Formats: sequence, structure tokens, C-alpha cells
Amino acid sequence: MSERRIAPDAVCSLERQYRLQWEPAQECYVLLYPEGMIKLSGSAAEIMKRLDGKTAASGIVQNLEQAFPGVELREDVMDFLEVAHAKGWIRAG
Amino acid sequence: MQKAGSAPGKLGETKVTKPLWLNAEITFRCPLHCVYCYNPVDYARSGPELSTDEWLRVLRQARELGAVQLGISGGEPLMRDDVEVMVAEAHRLGYYANLLTSGVGLTEKRIAAFKEGGLDQIQLSFQDSTRELNDFLSSTRTFELKSKVARLIKQYEYPMVLNVVLHRLNIDHIQAILDMAEAMGAEHVELANTQYYAWALLNRDQLLPSREQLQRAEAITNEFRARVGSKMKLYFVVPDYYANRPKACMNGWGSVFLNIAADGLALPCHEARMLPGLTFPNVREHDVRWIWHESPGFNAYRGDAWMKEPCRSCPEKTKDFGGCRCQAYMLTGDATNADPVCDLSPDHHLIAEVVDQAQIAQPRVSVHPIVFRDDKNSRKLSEESRPETAPAP
Repeated sequence: MSERRIAPDAVCSLERQYRLQWEPAQECYVLLYPEGMIKLSGSAAEIMKRLDGKTAASGIVQNLEQAFPGVELREDVMDFLEVAHAKGWIRAG
Repeated sequence: MQKAGSAPGKLGETKVTKPLWLNAEITFRCPLHCVYCYNPVDYARSGPELSTDEWLRVLRQARELGAVQLGISGGEPLMRDDVEVMVAEAHRLGYYANLLTSGVGLTEKRIAAFKEGGLDQIQLSFQDSTRELNDFLSSTRTFELKSKVARLIKQYEYPMVLNVVLHRLNIDHIQAILDMAEAMGAEHVELANTQYYAWALLNRDQLLPSREQLQRAEAITNEFRARVGSKMKLYFVVPDYYANRPKACMNGWGSVFLNIAADGLALPCHEARMLPGLTFPNVREHDVRWIWHESPGFNAYRGDAWMKEPCRSCPEKTKDFGGCRCQAYMLTGDATNADPVCDLSPDHHLIAEVVDQAQIAQPRVSVHPIVFRDDKNSRKLSEESRPETAPAP
């Protein structure tokens, strides 16, 4: 397994120029940024909603596993956070 | 990452998509007199500006249709004293609100109110990096003021977004422009070559750079980009005259972009009011839903039924939509022709000849003097019948 760039204790938050909101016309959550919009899948939105700048990545996994019991989510969540980080949507502290 | 303007549109059927981008040209008034301004050359005869309440109604109606990115532009939008009201309402409605400004009029009091109201981004335009040329091209003394505004933008924790319009008279200063952007801490820099509409078309002979100028500027930009790395997003936009395929103008007519001009005219792009034979609706008389979905103006060039050859049978029509209707009209006299930028267009020589001319060291300055965008010139141009038509090459 390759080494992860987002550690389990990393606290992630949205990058300054990005805003997460429910978009009624698109019927999904979107990330807004200057001159653009990214439509999020349901699972991506569940993760993004929990990036409060306080909870560590491992806490977000726990939180999601409580909300969606019976599913092993760690790998998926960490993979998504890495993608979001690589795309510049979030920062990890 | 997907830009709002790049959602793929499907042609062959005229499915009406959502207007993701609302551009509010809230005033044509401007303290600058830029020679490449894309406002209509006859703006002086446009009707009275929409009131605050009328703008708020437009914001609400467009938001209901799905508009999510808002550009507050002009003219110089800060010439109006109700931008704060519009920003606060835009934020409340859920827009991502962008202010496009020359910086003239952006005081600390105003930027504080914008921050409080929820403005998301400020894009600051710069004419050039040297005070003398900056002042000549915009015909005012604004450079020092802009540097001050740039510091305010930082102070209020906005990302520093710079727009510099490039052309023959400033493109050789590219290194100084980039150094200035770096010194200001710019995070996002768009070096956009002039596109030849409106005032820029009048001044095309003076403004179109040579191929050598462009290649040099692009090479310097690439070197700079390699050096600064990811701390600055840097875009270099080549003039479409140097391309052999047209730009996917507005991502297709009536596809994602809704422009409301100062006088309330609703347009599928900044320039469309010049097109003959089309009547565009005014938000004073129609709601935005009708305008977007039903008005003949917005449906005129949706889909591909209007296309002629070579576009009609071209496999690339789903990518570039035949290019720009306004450019087709301005240069060929018929808005349903292929954009002559395309080298498959039988009118491509109209572009090629202008480009050839631009390779000659001295521009044809004697043809006519450079025309500054101001009320006096606009009134004069308003009296001429078809001022946007290009001078014969």
C-alpha cells in the first residue's frame, strides 16, 4: 500500500475560495469556486459536509460509520480526501 | 476541475440547459477609457440604468432558474452606490458573487461592507505594469490607486485575482507585468489577449500583436510559471485570430451564460445587441424565465438547426458550436456563417489578411487614430449606422 499524504489525525477543511452548498436546481450538493461549480456525488457530499476544520480524518470516518452502520468506509473516505486535496478543494492541517 | 462554462452541451436537439452564469453589467459608466473595452460602442444611447429593486428582482429570478455564479461588472460597477445591497442579496440567495472592477472607487469602507455582505471574490483589472502605459491605455492616472486597492484586497483576505488585457502595445512588457503580479502576491492571474469586439475592433490595427510578440510573451510566461510553481495560477489566453478553430463562444448560445446589461437588455453574450434582425428582451418587460426559455432572441442560435456549411456537417460542431455569432456577423455580415477564425470557413481570408498585416513592424496607425472609450466618442459612434462593422482589410 502506498503511503498516504493525508494522515488519520489530519484536520481537513475547505480551501478558502471553495463553498459547499445544496443546489436545488441541480438536486445535489455542489462545490462553488471562482467561475466554476463541481457537482458532488451523495457520498462525496456526506464527507465534505463533515469537514468542519476541527474533526480529524479518523473522526470523520467514525462519524460516517455511525451514520451508515455496517459499512467499512475508511479506505473510501481516505481515498476521497486525497483526491479532494490533490484537486485543491481542501487543505489538511 | 470543471469550469461552469464547460458543461458539455448536446447539439442536434435543442434542450434548454440552465443559465449557470449571470453577468450583471450594472452600469456602462466608467472612469477609465480603455481602448479595448467590450462594452457596446454606442453605449451612450442605451436607456436608463435598472434601479436597485429591478436588479434584486433579476437576481432572484435568475437564481430560481439555477444561476449560481454571479459577475457584477460594468462599466465600472463601483460607479453605483448600491453594489453593497446587491452583494448582500446575492449572498443570501446562494450565489457565488464575483466583483469585476478596475479598483477605482474601492475604498476600505466599501470593501469592508462587501466582506460583511458575503462577496466571494474580487477580480482586479490592470492595464499594464508601468504607470505610464497603464495611464495611457486607460487614459487616466489610476495605477497607484490600483496598487493601493490590491493591498486592500489582501488585507480583507480575498484571493488576489488579477486580469491583465494584453495587446500589441503592452505585450512586450510581459516580464514586468508578471513581476508586478508576483510582488503583489497575486494568486490567480489571467493574461488575456484582447478579443476583437466593440472598441477593440475599432482599434484592431493598433492592438493586434504580431506572431513573434505572442510567441515571446508565451515563452516568458511559461518560464515564469515553471519558476513560481503552484503559488500562482497563471493563464495565458491567445487572441482567437491566431487560432485555426474558433472558440466555443459562451459554450454555445443560450447554453450557460446570461448577460443583463445596464439598461436591462438580456443578452446571450456581452456583444449580441449588435446583431441585426434579432430583438432581445428587456428585464423591465419580461421575467427571466420567459427570457431564457421562450424569447426568440435566446432561441435564435440554440442547437444547430441554424447552421450552414461548413458547420452543419462538421464533426467539430459539438465542440465549438460554429464559434462566435457576433464575430461571424462583424466580419462576414451574416451571423449564421461559420466564425471566420475557422480555417474551414470560406471567409477565413478575412482573418488571415488582418493577421498578415499585424506581422508588419509598424501598425497602420495612420488609418485612424486610436479611439478611447468615452462618452463623446460613443455619442459620435451612436450616430453612425453600423459602427461595429470592421473596416475593410
